[in-house]
Amino acid sequence: MIEVVRAGACVACDICIKVCPTDVFERGADGVPVIARQPDCQTCFMCEANCPTDALYVAPLSGPAPAGSPQADQAALEEAGAFGAYRELIGWGGGRTPGSRLDRNHVFTAMLERGGP
Amino acid sequence: MSELDLTADVVVAGGGPAAAWAAVKAAEAGADVLVVDKGHLGTSGATAAAGTGVWYVAPDADARAAAKASRETLGGHLADHAWMDRVLDQTYANMNELAEVGRYPFPVGADGAQIRRGLQGPEYMRRMRTRVKRAGARILDHSPVTELLVDAEGAVAGLAGYRRQHDQSYRVRAGAVVLATGGCAFLSKALGCNVNTGDGALFAAEAGADLSGMEFSNAYAIAPEFTSVTKTAFYSFATFYRGDGSVLEGAGSQRGRSVIARTLLSEKVYARLDQATPEDMLAMRLAQPNFFLPFDRQGIDPFRDLFAVTMLAEGTVRGTGGIRLTGFDCATSVPGLYAAGDAATREPICGGFTGGGSHNSAWAMSSGTWAGQGAARHARSLGSRALARTTHGLGGAGLRPAGTPGDPSAFNDVIKAVQNEVIPYDKNLLRHGDRLAPALSVLDEVWRDVRASLHGENGDVVRARSAAAMTAHARWMYNAALARTETRGMHKRQDFPDLDPAQHHRLLTGGLDEVWTAPEPAARGGLAAVAS
Ligand SMILES: Cc1cc2nc3c(=O)[nH]c(=O)nc-3n(C[C@H](O)[C@H](O)[C@H](O)COP(=O)(O)OP(=O)(O)OC[C@H]3O[C@@H](n4cnc5c(N)ncnc54)[C@H](O)[C@@H]3O)c2cc1C
Ligand code: SF4
Ligand code: SF4
Repeated sequence: MIEVVRAGACVACDICIKVCPTDVFERGADGVPVIARQPDCQTCFMCEANCPTDALYVAPLSGPAPAGSPQADQAALEEAGAFGAYRELIGWGGGRTPGSRLDRNHVFTAMLERGGP
Repeated sequence: MSELDLTADVVVAGGGPAAAWAAVKAAEAGADVLVVDKGHLGTSGATAAAGTGVWYVAPDADARAAAKASRETLGGHLADHAWMDRVLDQTYANMNELAEVGRYPFPVGADGAQIRRGLQGPEYMRRMRTRVKRAGARILDHSPVTELLVDAEGAVAGLAGYRRQHDQSYRVRAGAVVLATGGCAFLSKALGCNVNTGDGALFAAEAGADLSGMEFSNAYAIAPEFTSVTKTAFYSFATFYRGDGSVLEGAGSQRGRSVIARTLLSEKVYARLDQATPEDMLAMRLAQPNFFLPFDRQGIDPFRDLFAVTMLAEGTVRGTGGIRLTGFDCATSVPGLYAAGDAATREPICGGFTGGGSHNSAWAMSSGTWAGQGAARHARSLGSRALARTTHGLGGAGLRPAGTPGDPSAFNDVIKAVQNEVIPYDKNLLRHGDRLAPALSVLDEVWRDVRASLHGENGDVVRARSAAAMTAHARWMYNAALARTETRGMHKRQDFPDLDPAQHHRLLTGGLDEVWTAPEPAARGGLAAVAS
């Protein structure tokens, strides 16, 4: 689920509010989005992928991170280099090669047609 | 706030690939198009968050024949060659169009040619959003449809819904409607699927359309425990283990999934992708990058470490059941109503076997194309009469309770009650009449309450309608599952473990308060052309 909005990095562009398919965010008074409806989060990583400033972190858990978990700890996540890691994987952001150029889905399409590896 | 009142030639409900292609092709056919999505066209739905293999096969006779044969037996011989041919042709054209017009950055093979057999969801769908806008279609995001509008003759003449970020209801009068609202995964939190609550099937049924293949609705996908990320193909490289470290015999991603399910009922199951070669490992990372997020972010190496797995219900997303189409224009049995993508039955191309892995994505772009074109033609044939019609809304359960409106937060309990009957493996996946029948009685009871009193206030109207749609979906599924007293495709009955040649037909379903099922008359289906 979405766990962290790094207010310091956010430029209040509203993109995450617009792209979240299940409408999890609300715009806060200062323009920084607030995680208003976390139980609706479907852990699809789309907000994180679309945030231009790597301000969001989606924990890979389908429930809320337990208290004290590093999955909701901004400092620990920063330390681990977690912010922006998914954008880098899909090649989104200035100067990156779109991940689809390296796509290997066709390998698995062919494999399934053969009936297995 | 007052209601927003709009008009269009064609209104498309949805925001996944089927909706996007429908919008582009309807606009190219000259229609004024409006798209209304529950989420956001570009990030919403089962494709946007994932990576999909695509049924892209060059027009070479042998390659096409092999492609058609690959799922024919698995699907219980319920597919249809004429539909498969057309989908293969249309998918080939659309993928090439994506490369040339959409400038989709496909990978390039050793021979310098692009490889067009896969699409990365985030990249594909953001480009489709641009295409839809360039084609001149308007988009209303975060505007779930809640009901269809019909004219005095019962022809579909628009739809209504709720703009949840504006707290405003809206209405669109139109010449034709395309339902591309996806399948139903029962809010199981399977990757990208929580927007898919089967709403389109409910709207269609309220208008009198019938459904087909609803017994093929028990797709489950393996995922690391407590996560959302599924990708069935990758688990072909897994070995499955019990808690004591011994190998779980017979377990597998393609065939041995019921072994995993049966074991999960009483103990944990672990997996390790230990059959992958270094080359496979790299290919996986490059095929669906988010597959690795649950691992990387929890410090697990899936190729070396054992990790606990679960199976997430994907219902009719990777099942095949949905609204029945009456022809290649993707019309339904109701005038003015068209359906595409997972909202429609995919039996014409994959029979009773899953469409995941390549067929579903091909179906979404092909059926979307045809539904968009068909709807544009229909709207044009009505001319200015289209918007002169007096309309009324058809929404029943969850919107207009038949009795005294109940607690406006009751949808939460309805959702739980439905999930309780459709998610457990021993009810839906490992099917047996002794368990299906009682589950159906519970669901019938839930429906009676839903119909009598369920409603929602403001934005919660959407949640109430989704809960009603899930209830209806579950009842069609189990009625069909009980009616098919054999094992065919993904529908496996423990009490009828064999294929019964006498049941070589598709099963139609429909109705709301009274649900019916009936074999599809051969004259109406395409099955006459299929060798059994
Ligand atoms: C993890 C995963 C991997 C997959 N991999 C493959 C693969 O490799 N190959 C393959 O062929 N298929 C694959 N599939 C299946 C494929 O993703 C779907 O078949 C495809 O997305 C269907 O497209 P669609 O447009 O019909 O539905 P979706 O993409 O699900 O979109 C449905 C849209 O309808 C909207 N909607 C829902 N209700 C309403 C409403 N009431 N009003 C307005 N809008 C509404 C939603 O917001 C959403 O935008 C995969 C699925 C998953 C979940
Ligand atoms: S997308 Fe990123 S920068 Fe924009 S509002 Fe959201 S968190 Fe802030
Ligand atoms: S992970 Fe998906 S559902 Fe959750 S907040 Fe981000 S975009 Fe929304």
